[in-house]
Amino acid sequence: MGLEPYLFLSATVFCIGLFGVMTRRNTIGILLGIELMMNAVNINLVAFARYTAMAAGFVFTVFTICITVTEAALGLAIVILLFRVRRTVMADHLDLLKG
Amino acid sequence: MMANSGALALIAWLLPIFSFLVLAIVFPFRRLGRPAAWFSTLCAAGAFASAVLAWRIQSVAAHPVHLVWPWLPTAGKTIADVGVLVDAQSTIMLCLVSLVAFLVQFYSVGYLHDEPAPALGRYYAYQSLFAFSMMGLALAPNLLQLFMCWELVGLCSYLLIGFWYQRPSAARAAVKAFWITKAGDVGMLVGIVMLYRLAGTFDITELHSMAASNALPLAGLSIITFCLYLGAMGKSAQFPFHVWLPDAMEGPTPVSALIHAATMVTAGVYLLVRTDWLFALTPNVLLIVAWIGAFTALLAAVLACVQDDIKRVLAYSTVSQLGYMMTAIGAGVASAGFLHLLTHGLFKALLFLGAGAVIHAVGSNDLPNMGGLARRMPQTALVFIIGTLSLAGIPIFGGYVSKEEILGAVWGAHLTGPFLLLMLVAGLTAFYMFRVVFLAFFGTPARVAAVAHAGAGHTTPPRVAHAALHNEAVVEGAHVNETPHAHEPPATMLLPLWVLAVGTMVVGVMSTFHLGGFAAAEAAGETAPGWLTPTAVGVALAGIALAWATYQMRAVNPESLANAFGPIRSAALRKFWIDDIFEGIYSFVLLGFSRIVGWIDRYLVDGVLNLLSDWTVQAGDELRGIQTGKPQDYVYGIGAGVLVLILLMRLVF
Repeated sequence: MGLEPYLFLSATVFCIGLFGVMTRRNTIGILLGIELMMNAVNINLVAFARYTAMAAGFVFTVFTICITVTEAALGLAIVILLFRVRRTVMADHLDLLKG
Repeated sequence: MMANSGALALIAWLLPIFSFLVLAIVFPFRRLGRPAAWFSTLCAAGAFASAVLAWRIQSVAAHPVHLVWPWLPTAGKTIADVGVLVDAQSTIMLCLVSLVAFLVQFYSVGYLHDEPAPALGRYYAYQSLFAFSMMGLALAPNLLQLFMCWELVGLCSYLLIGFWYQRPSAARAAVKAFWITKAGDVGMLVGIVMLYRLAGTFDITELHSMAASNALPLAGLSIITFCLYLGAMGKSAQFPFHVWLPDAMEGPTPVSALIHAATMVTAGVYLLVRTDWLFALTPNVLLIVAWIGAFTALLAAVLACVQDDIKRVLAYSTVSQLGYMMTAIGAGVASAGFLHLLTHGLFKALLFLGAGAVIHAVGSNDLPNMGGLARRMPQTALVFIIGTLSLAGIPIFGGYVSKEEILGAVWGAHLTGPFLLLMLVAGLTAFYMFRVVFLAFFGTPARVAAVAHAGAGHTTPPRVAHAALHNEAVVEGAHVNETPHAHEPPATMLLPLWVLAVGTMVVGVMSTFHLGGFAAAEAAGETAPGWLTPTAVGVALAGIALAWATYQMRAVNPESLANAFGPIRSAALRKFWIDDIFEGIYSFVLLGFSRIVGWIDRYLVDGVLNLLSDWTVQAGDELRGIQTGKPQDYVYGIGAGVLVLILLMRLVF
């Protein structure tokens, strides 16, 4: 199998994630979208690591997974706090930065 | 022997600056007051002694002594020297300056005995600096040094007019004097620089020889001499720059005697005397000098007739006499003007110091507060009358011959208009001076008389009432009643008065009978017609008689006399609106200029800035709509940005 199918898969997953981030009104949904985008990157890294036979790609993938976990934990913590304060997690209502 | 007179003049010049430096640097000594005063007076006395010695040598010497050191050297030659040019003219000026400076400093010890010690030290430091500057002006070998000393005397005048700087009027007068003389000085500086461009030298001797050998190009010379004359106009208080001199009377009276009567104000006349060969090349400017001089003389004499302040009468009289000197120079006989400068220096200093003694005794400047002082202070009255007779031009008194010479010179130059004006002035001079004499030294104080009149049910003459009202605001009531207790001044003040009175008499007698140095001068320039002397003396006597009839005998009611000259008198009381015109021009120009500048600042500078800030605010207002605060809109933004970047990379690179 060549490189292209993996890259297509990665791009597809990334676009699904991006679509989720852009369209979901729920903050948790947005976080899920971000998660998908991260995993698209991971697929990309692993595919290239296999293709070029360089171990560095795998190592980076492990790093990314760790970071994704912490990011998800932080993001969820923020969402919970936000809910406590604002009684909502809908992104449309969180417009404190409106000019 | 020749070098000797140069060294003596140098000593005379440098002694006052030594005294000034000691007083300025050793400030504990200055703050002692009285010792500092005596030290400065001693230096002035030394200066006078060496000035007299220098004059004795130089008056018989054949050649002037030119003692200079190079200054401002450039390749090949020096632009200007600094030093002394000692000849008969400069040494006699030196004698006058140092004599009056010495006497005034001596007199001031008595006059200013109530001053606190530090202020007295400051006063003497200024006095010494003034003596140095004025002598430097008299001895200047080139126009550059003359200009520097010219500015220095202006500075000293400013400092001494404003000696009582706590008084707002004194501070104002000082600034006024400074500014008006400065206006003339700018012209003078321009004239000196233009002359340098024309002749290539500042040196007076070189310029003289160039003028004598017709080496000076005549084109443009008129402008140069007129510029020089502008400086002289400012310093010597010629119309329309005369307005500062009466206000300068805010200074202490001895200062008025020294600076604003005998020496500094004559600097302008001295400059013209020094460069009369230059002015002789430009007869059109001389004509202006003569006419302005004569007009100034008349204007100031009329103004002097309506003044109630004794010092202001003397101030206007000084302006008037300066006009006399200028007219003589304008008539081309600078020697007559110079002679009048010298005699005037003596008797006007005498009059001012005498007025100072009166003010000291009465405690007021105003004539209505005086009267009957001849019984209380006979010596002062005597010397004051000597000075007055000199000023009026009565034979055997100081001002007689010099005045006749001027009138003769003006008649000889066929300047009929100025001559008639001067004749009128001669009568007016005698009138207003004897008005002062009769009001101050004879009769009863007008204010006391006015009170008596009012008590007896008479209507008080408006002028007297006005003066009395005015005085009450200025002088405490106690001062008015002091007049009966007025007494002779202390010896430090009487002695200078007597010295000046004797000096005036000696000069007067010698000149009237053509004795000594006057014999040669008389023989040289006797051009006046025979009827001139009797006419002039007759006019003066008529003036005296009118004053006597009006103010002593009360045969002529002062009020009806005043009413006869109604419009002139009311105009003179407003100083012919000259001060108002100056103020009007001043405020018109200044306010107009500030209005323009204010408009530019308000509408141009501020306008541009306001426009820019308005635009910024408006742009912010327009753009705030895209800042929705919703996270997803920002994500759209990021996405769009990435797309644009990708497109750019595809298309451009």
